[in-house]
Amino acid sequence: MTRRPSRPLPWLGPGVVMGGLVPAAVLVLDAQMGALGANPIQRAILQTGLLALVLLILSLACTPLRTLTGWTWPARIRKALGLLTFFYAVLHFLLYLLDHGFTPAVVLEDVLERPFVTVGFAALVLMLPLALTSGRGAVRRLGFQRWQRLHQLVYVAAGLGVLHFWWGVKKDHTPPLIAALVVMVLFAVRLIRSRRARA
Amino acid sequence: MAQARRPLGPYDTSEPITPYAQATTYNNFYEFGTGKDDPARLAGSLRTRPWTVLIDGEVRKPVRVDIDTLQSWFPLEDRIYRMRCVEGWSMVMPWLGFPLGALLRRIEPNSKAKYVQFTSLHDPKQFPGQRGDVLDWPYVEGLRLDEALHPLTFMAVGLHGRALPNQNGAPLRLVVPWKYGFKNIKSVVRITLTQKQPRTTWALAAPDEYGFYANVNPKVPHPRWSQATERRIGELRRRPTLPFNGYAEEVASLYKGMDLRRFF
Repeated sequence: MTRRPSRPLPWLGPGVVMGGLVPAAVLVLDAQMGALGANPIQRAILQTGLLALVLLILSLACTPLRTLTGWTWPARIRKALGLLTFFYAVLHFLLYLLDHGFTPAVVLEDVLERPFVTVGFAALVLMLPLALTSGRGAVRRLGFQRWQRLHQLVYVAAGLGVLHFWWGVKKDHTPPLIAALVVMVLFAVRLIRSRRARA
Repeated sequence: MAQARRPLGPYDTSEPITPYAQATTYNNFYEFGTGKDDPARLAGSLRTRPWTVLIDGEVRKPVRVDIDTLQSWFPLEDRIYRMRCVEGWSMVMPWLGFPLGALLRRIEPNSKAKYVQFTSLHDPKQFPGQRGDVLDWPYVEGLRLDEALHPLTFMAVGLHGRALPNQNGAPLRLVVPWKYGFKNIKSVVRITLTQKQPRTTWALAAPDEYGFYANVNPKVPHPRWSQATERRIGELRRRPTLPFNGYAEEVASLYKGMDLRRFF
């Protein structure tokens, strides 16, 4: 596939990071102004969870987008999107801890006994090594192949994240269904491409 | 809110009342949408006058009655009840209305009557949430007759000293303070006395999560969260959830000998 010459686009990286942090800033401002409604912690938990999943999906879309269009810029924002995902996932978890008054027994019971919490927690844990090895240095230290294999954990995290969203919804499953379909399409594009590469 | 409070008892509480702004902007009323702010945002489409309530089934005096006539049958009373949502949040609500028992005694259940079934208005023109099939419309709830006759069981027509806002279930809703909030069916158009246990909406939609009884019980967790604690709206720290939402002294005897883990 012919690649278009990549332009430097110096604003791209900072732009994505800044843009990705805007929702967090809005959340903090809303909280200070009492604009999060009657149950602000609950609202903040839902918003950060949704943001984490959306950013995860965007990061998964980078490679297929590059494959299909030949553009190179999506690959250059993938790391930032991945780290933003982790940022919101951690925030989501911290707010959940705050919701339960940082009571370890409650959290342990939730993680061990409630599949809905178990899968969400597992997704967060899986993303930790990915966040820690997101720098160039880590690729060098691990070697590209091992680094790549490690970062395939993101597919598992995405699957668990969608499941967590699905199980977290009381009745209207349309939003998690949309998330599941988008993730499946993104997986399918990769699968088709890797089959072709092998053939 | 400084107001002269009557002597405390099961019909009242010393706990601070949830402000009107919060009590009317954060609740579940899937007829308007699944979001917590959907009811307040969309409730303008509901017309609560004229409004007719049909009372029928195993009763000696079935009646189809206008809501204003129905209200005029009873002296309206204040009840300050805790309201515990199955989702783990709670409020303190100052209702205005009349005991369901007073209504039932008036229409005289016959000897076959064992349960009371309630039905909400089904009208997708007024209830945008009913245009989808997120629940099996109309919303149906039910009580055992002895639960329905309990003096705590209440039909509300007002909140915070004014007419019940549409988003809170105008013009007539059930309030059973020792049960999870979803039992408190809103915008009631029909009350039917039955021989068989009514097939209630949430128990049909997710039988492993929501039972017919739905008594507040900190020891029986929801599959996705513990019911041991709750967030009182307006408070940061969760508080322990009390058996029967703090009304155990009044109602626990209704369930003597029942396995409340099975009949959740």
